[in-house]
Amino acid sequence: MNFAIHITGFVAIYIFMLAAFAGWVIIGGVPAILHTPLMSGSNFVHGIVVVGGMFALLNAATVQEQIIGFIAVLLGAGNAAGGYAVTRRMLAMFQTSAHVAKHPHHTRARRPRAS
Amino acid sequence: MTSIAQLTVGLTDLVAAFLFMYGLKRMSSPVTAPSGIFVAGIGMLVAVLASFLYVFDVGAAARPFLITNIALAIVALVLGGGIAWWAGKRVAMTAMPQMVALYNGMGGGAAGAIAAVELFGTKSPETTPLVVTLLGALIGAVSLSGSLIAWAKLQGVIKNPLRFRGQRAFNMLVLFATLVVGGVIVAIAQGAGVAFLSTTEFIYLFFACALVFGILMTLPIGGADMPVVISIYNAATGLAVGLEGFVLENPALMIAGMVVGAAGTLLTLLMAKAMNRSVENVLFSNFGTVSKRKGGRIKGSLKPTEAGDAGIFMHYAKSVIVVPGYGLAAAQAQQKLYEFVKLLLAAGVSVKFAIHPVAGRMPGQMDVLLAEAGVPYDLIFQLDDINEEFKTTDVALVIGANDVVNPAARTEKSSPIFGMPILNADQAKQVYVVKRGEGKGYAGIQNALFYADNCNMVYGDAAAVLTKMIEAVRGLGVKAAA
Repeated sequence: MNFAIHITGFVAIYIFMLAAFAGWVIIGGVPAILHTPLMSGSNFVHGIVVVGGMFALLNAATVQEQIIGFIAVLLGAGNAAGGYAVTRRMLAMFQTSAHVAKHPHHTRARRPRAS
Repeated sequence: MTSIAQLTVGLTDLVAAFLFMYGLKRMSSPVTAPSGIFVAGIGMLVAVLASFLYVFDVGAAARPFLITNIALAIVALVLGGGIAWWAGKRVAMTAMPQMVALYNGMGGGAAGAIAAVELFGTKSPETTPLVVTLLGALIGAVSLSGSLIAWAKLQGVIKNPLRFRGQRAFNMLVLFATLVVGGVIVAIAQGAGVAFLSTTEFIYLFFACALVFGILMTLPIGGADMPVVISIYNAATGLAVGLEGFVLENPALMIAGMVVGAAGTLLTLLMAKAMNRSVENVLFSNFGTVSKRKGGRIKGSLKPTEAGDAGIFMHYAKSVIVVPGYGLAAAQAQQKLYEFVKLLLAAGVSVKFAIHPVAGRMPGQMDVLLAEAGVPYDLIFQLDDINEEFKTTDVALVIGANDVVNPAARTEKSSPIFGMPILNADQAKQVYVVKRGEGKGYAGIQNALFYADNCNMVYGDAAAVLTKMIEAVRGLGVKAAA
């Protein structure tokens, strides 16, 4: 059996079109209060590029390809890991009055750190 | 073994694509959002782990390098992921916009690097994948260098927008040159003989031009337009990833990239709309260099007042609306602000926060800063939801915001910000403006609100001013107890 995926022109355009609609609709419903975590979260999602970098690096057959592939994985991994870390941190901070009232000592507010 | 590996990679990528979409969907409410990013994170983890299965499917030419390549991949993952994770965990919330810009640039760079491997590796590919690869390379490279400039601006490494005569024409020329070089690369692949440079050199030239274009395009854009710029580059990286996904025939990359591309585009349009400007205007107009407005035309005078007096006045008010702006972030005063607000709430004052869509340096930055300080999000209101309430509110406390409360946007046709929806802080019975000095806002225009009869200025660093307000209000409590 052969499970290799082959995507031809029109199929690609259909995928792109439907994905674009999905992105538009999903994000269209996000309240403005979440715009920063959302941007950071979508930033994280395009970190999937690291998988493409893995493909390029593992198939590298020259030193030049190895170097560029290494950079691709390095940057892609940074995109994914960093995007995830900051998005988690931001989202963990959002809480309601009810939550604050119930857990006054559990407030997730953190001291500002030196930048 | 090959087909089992292919099946596993195919299935995990399918699962990853589903988890990304589902995770983003869950991010549409503050209640479900934390689980949303977690779900998307699982998707990423399985996709990355499964990508090691590519080792069963490498071409003959790459076989001798396989062990080295696997080692390199592990080093790159640990190093890139580790450093970014560590930096993301400890960066201050106020520095979040530049951090997101940086991560975004990394994604664009990765997409560009993948394209480079494809371009160098395949000797005579078909035209369609080649054109798509070049397009992804162009967008990825522009996103990389542009994001780095955006990072430098937000970090304060680059202080002033760089502008010169004929800049727009020059930028277009660089873009045109990039496209021409891309065209030459395609022509060579189709068999055209070009003598003076080799294909490899043309590819290097192509990337150099694209990177330079990204730098040139971002340099003239001012700090307050950064929400739009970050948003555009986010969309651009998504698009580049999607295009490279097509070249690699990886639907997970295609879907994730395109979803982000569309989301980023929508967010960009929302930001531009909030400023009543077109995206083109943000990118290409030299906003901020507008000639200094005739200041003498504004009636009234600036009336400075003491921070302590203002604090006590608010303590005895029935309702207060706080309007935070970039100055709050710059002073890192969000904790102090909430401390003060808690005192007011304890005294029975109704306090709400009003957020303008483009306050700060990235969309929604104020919401995140307030959340960091511990402000419950049900006290935070967006422009459309709260603007009617200013009329019936005792005090509007404007902290580090300027253009987003400038009434000139409503009335003065000649103003560069005319037509921008603003927060109607001027309609409150009393307005306090906390500001570092008498300087103008980003748009370089006078703010009639500051001269209005119902407005008093509290000069000073936001953190210092709030500390004084807190002390004054606490002092009242001590006196009452004594």
